[in-house]
Amino acid sequence: MIPTLDDAHATIRRGLLITALALAGVATVIIMALWLTPTEVRQGLAQKIFYLHAPSAWAGLLAFSLTGITGGLYLWLRDPRLDLFSEASAEVGLVFGVIVLTTGPIWGKPIWGTWWTWDARLTLTLFLFFLFVGYMALRNALSDPAERARFSAVVGILGLLLVPFVHLSVYMFRTLHPQPVLLKPSAPSMDPRMLRTLLTSVGVFTLLYLGFVTARYGLSLRREARGVADGD
Amino acid sequence: MTETLRLALVLAAKDLRVERRSRTALVSAVVFAALVLVIFNFARDPATVTAKMLAPSVLWVTFTFASMLTFNRAFALEKENAAIDGLLLSPMPRGALFLGKYLANLAFVATVQAVTLPLFVLFFNVGLGQALGGLLLTIVLATIGFVAIGTVFSAMVVRTRFADLMLPMLLLPFLVPPVMGAVAVTTRLLSERPLSEQVAWLRFLGVYDVVFLTICAMVFPAIFDE
Repeated sequence: MIPTLDDAHATIRRGLLITALALAGVATVIIMALWLTPTEVRQGLAQKIFYLHAPSAWAGLLAFSLTGITGGLYLWLRDPRLDLFSEASAEVGLVFGVIVLTTGPIWGKPIWGTWWTWDARLTLTLFLFFLFVGYMALRNALSDPAERARFSAVVGILGLLLVPFVHLSVYMFRTLHPQPVLLKPSAPSMDPRMLRTLLTSVGVFTLLYLGFVTARYGLSLRREARGVADGD
Repeated sequence: MTETLRLALVLAAKDLRVERRSRTALVSAVVFAALVLVIFNFARDPATVTAKMLAPSVLWVTFTFASMLTFNRAFALEKENAAIDGLLLSPMPRGALFLGKYLANLAFVATVQAVTLPLFVLFFNVGLGQALGGLLLTIVLATIGFVAIGTVFSAMVVRTRFADLMLPMLLLPFLVPPVMGAVAVTTRLLSERPLSEQVAWLRFLGVYDVVFLTICAMVFPAIFDE
């Protein structure tokens, strides 16, 4: 199926609309986090970044999983739209990955006393980021669309399979060493107002992912439609 | 199945024969491995870091980096004179193509490891003694899986302009879990702890091998599916 330019523009508009809604949601979350949520006793204001950090991590993981899953579906169904979605999802995932990897250390420095630690979740996030970068680099290095779709689907599937192994290996690696007392992340039981802000934020970031990915997917459709119109 | 295996062996034998006559890939990989060992020996302060402390990490970094150098050979070879088209047109199933390239890669990596290990013992003054059997088992378990991934990725990156840069970027994240396990087991084996304590890591390496060997064999045909 060849997308028309009108389809593509409609998709882009839909994506931008969802993004606008989601950005209003982000503003709401910031207001909720700063004024309507109690400050954490031990961590103080630094903890507020959590309401942006954790939902970004969720959105990144969602993006990455969908990249792998749609890649697998592409190899099965060979629908080029699945590949365009994979591409959109990977690019958006990269953005969320950057947010996670910058907000994390900003919080980590005052709370853990270090910018970085080789904790299971941090390592996993870094890996996802590297895999996304490799995925995008491979896409950019290939010019034939069908070849690009097949190859990146393979990388997406293998990457998705790697995740449990990284998690398990880092966990096993850490358990063989004493856990540093200073760096130990505390797992506080959460105040209901904090939980409310967090859940709102997770919803907002899911919407943000949806908005970004729809707009980006629309751009790919437009590129395809123009390619057809130009006759190449 | 036996036919697939036979064809795979024919292809692997062809690759090894080409290499035996030119000796380019293997010699460079082995020399590279030796150089890495030497450089590591000097890239430390002998007063604070003993060679023994660093030895397991050095062994595995050398193994994996040197192995990676041999992967691109498998398909770069077929790219010349469009030999790959001949392979794809032949009645050889894609499964046999994967298995053949995989076995050839495995043979290359095993050769590099077989040369590196004695050099490592020599340069780093490591007494293997009782640990040798366990170490060999670890090397086998840590190698089977990542060579499969390397085979799949090298078949893809050879179609790009920057194959030599692209392969490490894609492959290195996949090397971390097996290298982590292998270094953990090697460290303990070299400090004369029994292999039986390392069952968890060995099992982890085994599962990694089974999962990635299977999935690589499954996705490989998609690469050449035009």
